[in-house]
Amino acid sequence: MSESSVRLNVFKTYKLYVGGKFPRSESGRVYEVSDSKGKWLANAPLSSRKDARDAVVAARKAFGGWSGATAYNRGQILYRIAEMLEGRREQFVREVGEAEGLSKSKAAAVVDAAIDRWVWYAGWTDKIGQLVGGANPVAGPFFNLSTPEPTGVVTVVAPQDSSFLGLVCVIAPVIATGNTAVVIASEKSPLPALSLGEVLATSDLPGGVVNILSGKADEMGPHLASHQDVNAIDLAGAGPVLAKELEIAAADNLKRVLRPQPVDDWNADPGTSRMTAFLETKTVWHPTGSLGAGGSSY
Amino acid sequence: MASLFEYAPAPESRSVVDIAPSYGLFIDGEFTDAADGKVFKTVSPSSEEVLSEVAQAGAADVDRAVKAARKAFEKWSALPGSERAKYLFRIARIIQERSRELAVLETLDNGKPIKETRDADLPLVAAHFFYYAGWADKLDHAGYGANPRPLGVAGQVIPWNFPLLMLAWKIAPALATGNTVVLKPAETTPLSALFFADICRQAGLPKGVVNILTGYGDAGAALVEHPDVNKVAFTGSTAVGKAIARSIAGTDKKVTLELGGKGANIVFDDAPIDQAVEGIVNGIFFNQGQVCCAGSRLLVQESIHDELLDSLKRRLSTLRLGDPLDKNTDIGAINSAEQLARITALADTGEAEGAERWSPACELPSAGYWFAPTLFSNVTQAHTVARDEIFGPVLSVLTFRTPDEAVAKANNSQYGLSAGIWTEKGSRILAVANQLRAGVVWANTFNKFDPTSPFGGYKESGFGREGGRHGLEAYLDV
Repeated sequence: MSESSVRLNVFKTYKLYVGGKFPRSESGRVYEVSDSKGKWLANAPLSSRKDARDAVVAARKAFGGWSGATAYNRGQILYRIAEMLEGRREQFVREVGEAEGLSKSKAAAVVDAAIDRWVWYAGWTDKIGQLVGGANPVAGPFFNLSTPEPTGVVTVVAPQDSSFLGLVCVIAPVIATGNTAVVIASEKSPLPALSLGEVLATSDLPGGVVNILSGKADEMGPHLASHQDVNAIDLAGAGPVLAKELEIAAADNLKRVLRPQPVDDWNADPGTSRMTAFLETKTVWHPTGSLGAGGSSY
Repeated sequence: MASLFEYAPAPESRSVVDIAPSYGLFIDGEFTDAADGKVFKTVSPSSEEVLSEVAQAGAADVDRAVKAARKAFEKWSALPGSERAKYLFRIARIIQERSRELAVLETLDNGKPIKETRDADLPLVAAHFFYYAGWADKLDHAGYGANPRPLGVAGQVIPWNFPLLMLAWKIAPALATGNTVVLKPAETTPLSALFFADICRQAGLPKGVVNILTGYGDAGAALVEHPDVNKVAFTGSTAVGKAIARSIAGTDKKVTLELGGKGANIVFDDAPIDQAVEGIVNGIFFNQGQVCCAGSRLLVQESIHDELLDSLKRRLSTLRLGDPLDKNTDIGAINSAEQLARITALADTGEAEGAERWSPACELPSAGYWFAPTLFSNVTQAHTVARDEIFGPVLSVLTFRTPDEAVAKANNSQYGLSAGIWTEKGSRILAVANQLRAGVVWANTFNKFDPTSPFGGYKESGFGREGGRHGLEAYLDV
């Protein structure tokens, strides 16, 4: 055997992704993450409610720039994420395989679908407006135009089982339209999500647009659901009991709530509902006046 | 007026682009000679230097290209939209990567200033592919019902004023919707389309999906009339557009025509003058006025006529005409000797008919095709320069007193492509825009383009829209 075969490999310290940086949990806590057969994989940060609050601050700070970027610019950045993921395909195939107990070929299919999902949403950034907005033919001399706008900071409880494809399927539609996100990764399998942070950090995505926390949804969830500076919450990965609790907490400041949807197959055509769930509609009126010299009005 | 400042030359380097001495037709993924071996030369309009020699397609080549496109159609249209999307995204990215090379190439072959190819043409080309790439897997959401089908083989004929941009407007939506294409660029600007062929190869696009035929009008006519073409898309003159409309009568071919214009740029007395002057200059001198949607008729409210004209003349005196590769150049070369002759003849007619002609002091280079920025005042609606599309850097100034009169004059044209409105008053913008019979109306801006925004004309400016969700319809069987 060659000498290199006895070389000790270097473990990766998995860290959170908040505000474009990679902090450990401020609590200093970690928890053990194992593969599907119970073999230890890594110690993941066990995020605290303080980490969650920091993530909201980062997401809020990033919202103005991200929502104000052109849709074309956002589309290019989402596409860049796909490009970066493609380059790290092998890493994710391994991590997803370990996390979800999938064969290499099945894990590869999952990763490929996740890459293509970024491409799908890259194309949506500058198209959703023409689908859900438009001129309204009001019965009066008015220009009247409705356009969608992002709702703000969105908390995403990521799916528990589909730790990577499901994760991408819930993050991408939130940020495609200009929202920023605070994501609670799959508790059992957070490693692909934490690695995704490394991809996002190198994809021209401004820091804070996506913030990824590992830990317990039922610990962080209630704080994020009742947080007064969070505008919406996607309960994709919350069980029925937690989902109800979080929906009640969310009512405090009337967060937009996307309830858990039964998803048999994250590969299926996602449609537009995950985008429209986190869009506001703004309607602008303006008088059209009349042509006569004295007849027009502001 | 003498120039206040002397500028040192600041030419963009030509070394970024490598033009081969000759090019073939791009058919079925290969460059090939024309069946009859004919070639023609393409020159740089700013110097008359021969840039390259390209194959001249004839009817036999058109047939070969249409057959290749037909053969490729079956597999291309059957690909999942998400896979077609990824090809188009690849093309968009390669265009971005090679955009400086393509900008220099386009400036050499077309004569337009590098600052336009670099800052307008190429970014828009890449954005157009990027935009339609995203539609390829979303056609079910486009409002045309479930699973809308492509038409088949698209025969596309494009002009010389925005060679690569018009290619993008044609090819991107066609491929996104699952059609295959045979495209003929204009005879004076064949090179960027041939470089695009190379980009298709880099992107791994299946053979026959895009075919490029360089040649003259006879090749364009043969393409349009080919019985196995399902869709005709043409951008160019209204005369040719009408001929195409006649030639496809009685067939099943779907057609979109983007033709001439005589855009009215209306300036009200409350408009911010300096901003309006910039918009007027951009409207008629962008790309030497060789723009179908140019604001070639300036309609000024009478009370500000003198003030506006003084400002406009002052501004025109600062425009820099010369080497298109110079980064400080505002006005480049006219695309061809033929076009220069047409502009010259129309301007002479304007003068003969009694309009008042003015140009800033402006030295024209000795080689190449050049025309100084020109302004006609005291123009009436009966003047030829107020009616005919000049397609050059020539602005006709008319006046009006009331908004009604402005609208009546603006609409008094066979064309209806673009219009501009300058006023601080929002309700007036919207009231006037409502009355204008034009496909694109710019308010307090001019010549703005975006892949998401539909573009196309009313009346004899053609029909169909390019860009946006609307642009998909032209390439779908709906």
